Amino acid sequence: MSGPDNAALARLLRAREAEEFLYREAGLLDRREFTAWLDLLADDVRYFMPLRRNVPSLAPAEEWTREGQDVAWFDEGKDVLAMRVTQLHTGVHWAEEPPSRTCHLVSNVLLMDDSGPEWEVHSHFIFYRSRMERETDLLAGRREDALRPTPQGLRLARRRVLIDHNVLPIKNLTNFF
Amino acid sequence: MDLADLKTRALVDPERGLVSREIFVDPTLYAAELERIFATQWLFVGHVSQVRRPGDFVVSRMGEESVLLVRDVDGELHVFLNSCRHRGMQVCRYDQGNASEFACPYHGWTYDTKGRLGAVPALREGYFSELELAEWGLVEARVAELKGSIWACWDAATPGLEDWLGDARIWIEEFFTVPDVGVGELELIAGVQKWTLPCNWKFGAENFSGDNYHNVSHASVDQLALSPSGKAGRHQYDAIPQKPVLQNIAYAATGHSGRGALYPPGFDFLSAYAAVPELHAYYRRAYAAREQQLGERARMVPHGGTIFPNMSFSNGRTSIALWHPAGPETCEVWRFYFVPEYAPAAVKDHLRRYVIRYQGPSGLTEEDDMENWNLAHRASRGTIARRHPYHMAMGLGHELAAGSEPWIARGGTVMEGVSEQNQRGYYRRWAQLMGVL
Ligand code: FES
Ligand SMILES: [Fe+2]
Repeated sequence: MSGPDNAALARLLRAREAEEFLYREAGLLDRREFTAWLDLLADDVRYFMPLRRNVPSLAPAEEWTREGQDVAWFDEGKDVLAMRVTQLHTGVHWAEEPPSRTCHLVSNVLLMDDSGPEWEVHSHFIFYRSRMERETDLLAGRREDALRPTPQGLRLARRRVLIDHNVLPIKNLTNFF
Repeated sequence: MDLADLKTRALVDPERGLVSREIFVDPTLYAAELERIFATQWLFVGHVSQVRRPGDFVVSRMGEESVLLVRDVDGELHVFLNSCRHRGMQVCRYDQGNASEFACPYHGWTYDTKGRLGAVPALREGYFSELELAEWGLVEARVAELKGSIWACWDAATPGLEDWLGDARIWIEEFFTVPDVGVGELELIAGVQKWTLPCNWKFGAENFSGDNYHNVSHASVDQLALSPSGKAGRHQYDAIPQKPVLQNIAYAATGHSGRGALYPPGFDFLSAYAAVPELHAYYRRAYAAREQQLGERARMVPHGGTIFPNMSFSNGRTSIALWHPAGPETCEVWRFYFVPEYAPAAVKDHLRRYVIRYQGPSGLTEEDDMENWNLAHRASRGTIARRHPYHMAMGLGHELAAGSEPWIARGGTVMEGVSEQNQRGYYRRWAQLMGVL
């Protein structure tokens, strides 16, 4: 096989690996294997979900609040994410007691750039939550992730969760995206 | 429920500490609230740091209605109903920006930053120049500013903001005073969290007015080290070794309330931020300055409260929540977060990260509040449920005209520790304005 074909094949395998990482991750969250999910995050992970504003289409710079500066839904590292997992495991975190049933549907996975030490991977998601008897919540958005290859496999090094909502239509964000 | 029939129903009984569940679920009462409360009271609409320059605007909200908070070309503040005088279209659909005019996208009527109607398409050939432009400016509310907080009111008969706040004014002044009581103001961290809560708007307002009783809600987060104190607990002050006596202060005439903690003389306020050196140093300086200015009264550390009807403030994790009505069964919460303008960048950053992980729909603490209010509301809708009032009688009859220090009540009544005094005051005022008491 010639050189370019090998490169194309290698890229295809990486794209597949990234996709499988995202599906496995979603499965861990939906099965509530939160500790195993934490293990997939790099120790220096940045997890960010900005607020979204209604702004003129000709002035898009103001649409998202800025990481590390403004208010966000989430703007944190592994320490706070680990706190959230600990809280879920206390048995007295009433917003998740009894636990929600969640379904993360991940699609449109694209390996945008795999030339550096971290791969840039974009995906879309629909997050469905069912709670108590009939409570039903839906969030939609996309994610811009940085996946870092390590000897143990891929690790999530950065996630930007970009939801499509201006006024959040659900009462709380007790789940991971 | 017929409004004429209201007085005959025991909707609010402050003497027995009972509040009917009807007031949370009944659509007729809800409609009356919009008229009798939200159209007559002063409502918090924003902060000066959102509208610094001429032409700056943000979309805000009064009751269910969208309003525009604008600084005009001459630097004056205005609050306009965000609805065109021609046929009602929203004249502004952006959350914020800077503009010299607001052009309605429906037929093109255009208003300036003072709300005056200027350009009208087809003024000559369509209206034969008979349209009195001066009479068709944007509908405007009264506006008042107090230490950077901006308020608006639709009713000309309501007293001015400071009289309307009455003795509770000191809580707002203190809230908007930077911790070191020195230079600068509070500064809004960019971005207002907005989310939907499936419960009546009064649940949040009532909770923040004085519910020190609901600690059990937060049992999960108390096991973590959420605050910059480095110790288990969610509040920065949980780590202070000297234990305070909680003070609840209710203002009978207005329904406003405040909560705070009175520490013994010589307490070490500074241990509250021990895990973060920059914060520790900043608050050490801040407390020294505070003590110098307030003397003995510095020992009273405000925790927050509710300004009737729907503005709650939290000191420490400096934020404001607005509980906007959005139907009897839905509340739209807006939360504003603040940092001291001239605090070191590292301090601002730590405070920002603390408030985000504490409050709002993603905050480890507030997530559980929302669950409780949601299910409390849902379980109160039923025919049988509605026959049984909520119990708010804790401490009833034990209210004190003054606290353990003479300067604590300052115009209100005091209860120490856990109490439902503040909630009773809140619903008494609600009932007065609704004409049912
Ligand atoms: S509705 Fe605004 S111009 Fe007609
Ligand atoms: Fe709470």
